[in-house]
Amino acid sequence: MANHPDPKHRHTMEETSPRLTLQPDTDGAQVQLLGRWTAARLADPAAWASIQETLAAAAPPVSTAWRWDLQGVERLDHTGAQLLWNAWGRQWPAHVALSPPQRAILERVARFTVEPPAPQKRGAWGLFLLLGSMVLLVTDHLVDVTRLLGQLVLDLRRLIGTPRDGPWRDVSGHLFNIGARALPITALVGFLIGVVLAYLMSQQLRQFGADAFIVNIMGIALIRELGPLLAAILIAGRSGSSITAQIGVMRVTEELDAMRVMGIAHGFRLVLPRAMAMAVAMPLISVWTTLAALLGGMLAADLTIGVTPAFFVEMLPKVTQVSNLTLAVGKSVVFGVLIALIGCHYGLRVKPNTESLGHGTTASVVTSITVVILVDALFAVVFKNVGI
Amino acid sequence: MSAASQSDTPFAISTIMPPSKEPVVQVKKLWSAFKTAGRMAIVHKDLDLTIESGDLLSIVGGSGSGKTVLLRQILGLEQPARGEVTVLGKPAARLGDKGAASRVGMLFQHGALFSAFTVLENIAFPLRELKTLPDALVRDAALVKLQMVGLGPAQAHKMPADLSGGMIKRVALARALIMDPPLLLLDEPTAGLDPDSADAFCALLRSLHRELGLTVVMVTHDLDTLFELSTKVAVLADRHVVVCAAPRDVIAYPHPFIHDFFLGERGQRSMELLREYPFAV
Repeated sequence: MANHPDPKHRHTMEETSPRLTLQPDTDGAQVQLLGRWTAARLADPAAWASIQETLAAAAPPVSTAWRWDLQGVERLDHTGAQLLWNAWGRQWPAHVALSPPQRAILERVARFTVEPPAPQKRGAWGLFLLLGSMVLLVTDHLVDVTRLLGQLVLDLRRLIGTPRDGPWRDVSGHLFNIGARALPITALVGFLIGVVLAYLMSQQLRQFGADAFIVNIMGIALIRELGPLLAAILIAGRSGSSITAQIGVMRVTEELDAMRVMGIAHGFRLVLPRAMAMAVAMPLISVWTTLAALLGGMLAADLTIGVTPAFFVEMLPKVTQVSNLTLAVGKSVVFGVLIALIGCHYGLRVKPNTESLGHGTTASVVTSITVVILVDALFAVVFKNVGI
Repeated sequence: MSAASQSDTPFAISTIMPPSKEPVVQVKKLWSAFKTAGRMAIVHKDLDLTIESGDLLSIVGGSGSGKTVLLRQILGLEQPARGEVTVLGKPAARLGDKGAASRVGMLFQHGALFSAFTVLENIAFPLRELKTLPDALVRDAALVKLQMVGLGPAQAHKMPADLSGGMIKRVALARALIMDPPLLLLDEPTAGLDPDSADAFCALLRSLHRELGLTVVMVTHDLDTLFELSTKVAVLADRHVVVCAAPRDVIAYPHPFIHDFFLGERGQRSMELLREYPFAV
């Protein structure tokens, strides 16, 4: 056993890769381990495959009878020791030659190798409890949103009482970020939707010779429905997510706790300015998007069916009542406040870890878009007699 | 040769360490500079430091003396302005190449556990990323490391958010050690731990250092940790390493910072407390 090759003379990758040689003899086999039995070397697919092949033949009743020689091993780490220990069926073989440090590692692995605790399984009762916890979670969300809304109303009253103490700098900052910075993207999307809609409609209307009705359709559809909805969806994706992420990071970095300790209310300093900025910016962006869409529709109508821009502009006020615009602006204010509230709600619920932050941001965007569409449907039903 | 005949030496220095004579970390003529408020602030100037294999070296220095920057440069996370940092015979910048976990382990100050993973997945992550080793082996190896740092298998499926500060440090240490790297770096290992946990963590570090034959480099402000663990202390002041020697020799070194740091009011007070209540500390 003493005449194993000297490790100092082995340098190339092949010579240091872990391997074992098996020599059958009268009462079993002589197994010699060579190379570096470390995680990094074992992970080499070629080395791993050949070791697995040999070890597979060494299932416990056999392997315990074999004679194992580890003295040629250049380096043994805990992963290599674990591999051996598992191959031995988690017991010492009768014959093993190793150095004291190798024994120390193997003994540590032997001491600490345990069956992993089973992950908790869910039975029928568990599923029932899961259902219950989901119901409680939904209730919790609703209670939280209601509380947030109530706090917003109280904060608004406080603001009206003492307007000089309001967070006006925050409001103007958010107004710029939510409103002014969103103008290019909303205009682009609105314009393109207008073009697409006018192009599709003109194809259909031409078949009935009702070319001129393009103005009616575009006027009602864009001003009343699509403009506000498009703007709200874009802003929910753009600013709703950013509100959640901002407030969520403040939770992760304990800024929210710092504010509370200083006696500064989250509602008044974080939720109120964002809700106010949204309530102001959202109707303006909605009108802006509608204008861009009408422009796109006007150009497409001119190009496809020859409805001139002059005719379009002249007919639009005649076929579309002003109440449509009023309704759109009113709707947008509600959308804006809802997006801000939902963004703040999910932001404030973020737990201080990164996963929760990502989860909260996703949930915030999905929820606010869904809620915007739901509320839009509600508006359509309630105001079905207005403006048409 | 039978299994029972060799069990008389349970904890010898292991063969994990590569048998090499060259130093584990060598820093030569290092310059570090940062731009703050429009002008360059030089943090290190011609800094030299050599860390021998098997050392347990503490880096101490005042606030802003660039201790953590030095640690990050040893890890290759930051590039020095001038000079070179060699780790395990290679430039530090190449430390982050594939398989880095088998060369160096780092315990970050706040653990830096991946919050989306369970404790066991965190520890097993570097091994699992090798993509070859089977899940069962990776899991067994991670469970061994979990218990080596003094945590029970019952903690394996917890999320990092559910752990206490001391447990986070232990799990982070287990993750740093999963591939048995010869070099372990620690940034404020006992910061944020209560005295009991800090003592237990120190004992753990010392036993791992002895059993695994690690080279350990740590940045710490905690005098107790410093004296309990270090075989060497490197003092950063005046933009370079003033002295790097055994703790006893460092205290005796004549330098104003060393005098203030070790023999200042705080040091004196803790010594007095030690004298008054010999069993309380």
